[in-house]
Amino acid sequence: MGTAIYVLTFGLLVVGIYAVVAKKNIIKIIVGLLIVDYAINMLLVLMGYRNGGGAPILVPGESQAQMTSSVDPLPQAMVLTSIVIGLGLTALMVAMAVRLYEKYGTFDMSRIRRLRG
Amino acid sequence: MNQGGMTLIVKQTARLVSGFITVFGIHIALTGHLTPGGGFAGGVILAAAAVLIVLSFGGAYCSRLLTGPACHIADSAGAMMFLLVAILGYLVGGFFVSFLPQGNLFHLVSGGTMPLSNLAILVKVGAGLAGGFLALSAFRLASGAKEGD
Amino acid sequence: MTIELFVVAFIVFMLIAALIAVEARDLLSSVIAVGAAGFGLSVIDLLVGAPDLALTQVVVEVISLVLLIRVVLTRNDTSATEPQDALRTGVALLAGGIILVIVFFAVGGLSQQGGVPPFGQPVLSNTPQAAVPPGVSADYLARSADQTGAANAVTAVLLDFRAYDTLGEATIIFVSILGTYAVLRRLGRRGREARA
Repeated sequence: MGTAIYVLTFGLLVVGIYAVVAKKNIIKIIVGLLIVDYAINMLLVLMGYRNGGGAPILVPGESQAQMTSSVDPLPQAMVLTSIVIGLGLTALMVAMAVRLYEKYGTFDMSRIRRLRG
Repeated sequence: MNQGGMTLIVKQTARLVSGFITVFGIHIALTGHLTPGGGFAGGVILAAAAVLIVLSFGGAYCSRLLTGPACHIADSAGAMMFLLVAILGYLVGGFFVSFLPQGNLFHLVSGGTMPLSNLAILVKVGAGLAGGFLALSAFRLASGAKEGD
Repeated sequence: MTIELFVVAFIVFMLIAALIAVEARDLLSSVIAVGAAGFGLSVIDLLVGAPDLALTQVVVEVISLVLLIRVVLTRNDTSATEPQDALRTGVALLAGGIILVIVFFAVGGLSQQGGVPPFGQPVLSNTPQAAVPPGVSADYLARSADQTGAANAVTAVLLDFRAYDTLGEATIIFVSILGTYAVLRRLGRRGREARA
């Protein structure tokens, strides 16, 4: 079951890379980059999972020793910032797509490349 | 979508709800060392409240308080405050060393400089993302006015 | 075991949503399918024990959806009907197949000889095997409540043990928003001059 989880996560990454490489529409390329972002965040979080572990937060009433059997907090901290950075990158990509549409009148990459501004 | 915003029902709902969303975002950021959340989660919730206001009321209404330059100033102020917390650590030991007392566990004022850092990141992320969204909708308004939308 | 089954079910849901997003003709449908994939990821975060991530992912997903739908809806070009380049499709699928075969062998076959540890045993914590030294995460978990005074270990790692990395992340967000301003600025000035 663990092998299936990792292979499916990389399958999601492959779907995203396929969309970036083989598609001609700018919005499809942005969608592909978003899918790659989700796949990488998911892989990092899933690699930090411990069997039977809970969230790494102390509840008033628990002792300190119960924290040692929780899931790994280090990948979660890094992925937390990575999610917000992904939002900033989405805003930047959407801004570039809007500028390109303003200048060329189309979202199609092959037509934009042929025009050469 | 034009300068006027949306219908009356949407505007009334946004008026009632946006205050709650803002307070919720600030709460999640300030108690980040006790419950799940922290500065980044609070910042994006604050940006979502700003997005709600800009979408419901239109750009013309927001040009009083929620402007581009205000978001720029708040963004930079948040980043400066985070750097200030880092440099003030030199008073105690080195870079980023926590200089406030630790306090008791599960109290709001505990955890050293963590509430201050959470507040700085809340202001930075919230204002930055709100400013980015404002820039996009202002761009659309300018191009829409040119096309005669 | 049931958590693994749920995680696999939601990853399959995300795969179907991603395939619909990539192959749909209508741009609005593909954007909404990406939104569904993001919500699936947020549920997976909750199942694996990361509530901060689930919270942040839901809100980030909503804001991304708003941005993308605004771009798609207000332009006239809302369908992608151009035929695809066969060479690029072939290259992408070949690379994807090679990646999947490598991952299958690294996780399934080689994990006994020191490859990727199986699902459920994190890399940087104490493992039952004696040959692996305890990593940094076990150290952070043991020290976080005493040394930092915070109940949330993720915030303690983010703002106390690894605060320098958080400064770097804040810089990246700052630069990306600055890039958005810079890309969008020129038409504003030209628009004002055209109207004036």
